[in-house]
Amino acid sequence: MKYAYYPGCSLECNASAYDHSVRAVADLLGVKLQELDDWNCCGATEYFSQNELTACAVIARNLALVDPQIQQLVAPCAACYLNLKKTDRLMAEHAELGAKVNECLAAGGLHYDPGRVTVRHMLDVIVDDIGETAVRDKVVRPLTGLKVAPYYGCQVVRPIVDGDSTEYPMKMDHLFQWLGAEVVDYPVKAHCCGGHMTQISEPQAFELIRRLLKCAADNGADMILCMCPMCQLNLDGYQARVNSYFGTSYNLPIIYFTQLLGVAFGIDPKKLGFGKELVAGLPVLQAKLNGQTAGV
Amino acid sequence: MAAHIAVKKGTFLAEVIEATPDGERLVHCLQCGSCGGSCPSGAEMEYTPRTLIAMINAGDRNAVLAANTMWACVSCYACTTRCPQEIPITDIIYCLKRMSIAEHRYHGTDAPALAKTFTYFVEKFGRSYEAGLATGYHLLQRWKPIELMKMGPMGIQMFARGRMAILPAKIRQIDQLRAIIKKSEELSKK
Repeated sequence: MKYAYYPGCSLECNASAYDHSVRAVADLLGVKLQELDDWNCCGATEYFSQNELTACAVIARNLALVDPQIQQLVAPCAACYLNLKKTDRLMAEHAELGAKVNECLAAGGLHYDPGRVTVRHMLDVIVDDIGETAVRDKVVRPLTGLKVAPYYGCQVVRPIVDGDSTEYPMKMDHLFQWLGAEVVDYPVKAHCCGGHMTQISEPQAFELIRRLLKCAADNGADMILCMCPMCQLNLDGYQARVNSYFGTSYNLPIIYFTQLLGVAFGIDPKKLGFGKELVAGLPVLQAKLNGQTAGV
Repeated sequence: MAAHIAVKKGTFLAEVIEATPDGERLVHCLQCGSCGGSCPSGAEMEYTPRTLIAMINAGDRNAVLAANTMWACVSCYACTTRCPQEIPITDIIYCLKRMSIAEHRYHGTDAPALAKTFTYFVEKFGRSYEAGLATGYHLLQRWKPIELMKMGPMGIQMFARGRMAILPAKIRQIDQLRAIIKKSEELSKK
């Protein structure tokens, strides 16, 4: 299976652990990811706050760059995923806007026919396209004994969700059940991490981060699994500051779901970007998976 | 569901509808409050989305565009997916952000400064630039060096783990991207 791949800016550096683990896991599963040549930033939420047409045009350049032989574009970052999917849909459903976006693209010698590319999230590719049987076949280190809290965040499951619930998604839960982990059921798994609010209003962002850490910890999670670089940065990078702000002592590793998937597949943790997170994940894995994961 | 609800031309309601994809759903608001009740930032807001929609209907343009509601929004889309009338509330919030920025009606928030710094770097390099964003935003746009210093220890850890690049990444065809952006700005003025 061949897909165009849009890593997005975060995955180039801040979330390189996500990029490396996505590529390693895809390789092992026979998912061919062809990186979009010369892709540009999706603009996150920042263009939509200023100029809708510019927002769509900047995003559509990436859609226009997808190899004509490839129908599907994979984006692991939640913001990139939604922006690409939303722009495709806006262009399809609002012909006037679609025409204007193409007028902009034409200034750069490009064109995009809405609907030409289907935008997918990596989780959906693994769960829906690869599926349970093929995933189970690859497991060499079952995650038995590890309690994980799948964290979905916002923009992959809302407003456009791909075969899951916008309120209480289950795909990542299922995936980690296939791998033998104990999946923690916690009510805030699709609540917001604060997004860019850490940069604008720390009290507001810290409260949202606290709720997630508290709920996952109260329900016994050893670690939180995420699928978005912004969520990872807020929960991991700001965890120490949230602790000092509230007088708490959470020490929860925040790991990309593809990193832990790679561990279950027996991939060397170094190739999965472990060690980049501020709250270390490997010691927890070693403690919980002791005896069956000599290589971890 | 009523097929046609007449919207008076020249009203603020008509203006918001015109500037938001699927904005015409606004007229179906029941004032049920599912949006405000679902909002993780509701407690921070002067007016919850429900109240804001009532104010749009009432034509209270000045108060709406000066409200802090839009700047507390985290774009989580919980209001949008829960709205029983399928009103694209998050997109309406984006529309109000655009209007508020265009007319400089916001106050007490650094969100527009963050947005401007972010897109400045996209137009310069074609990619976002985190180190530039952090320094440019905290020092040049909002002048809060203390905030930058508070981020210091985390920034150092990010650098140490190779999670923050000192130099920006740049796309090859930056001229193409700039031509596309320039065209979009021209068309937006029409």
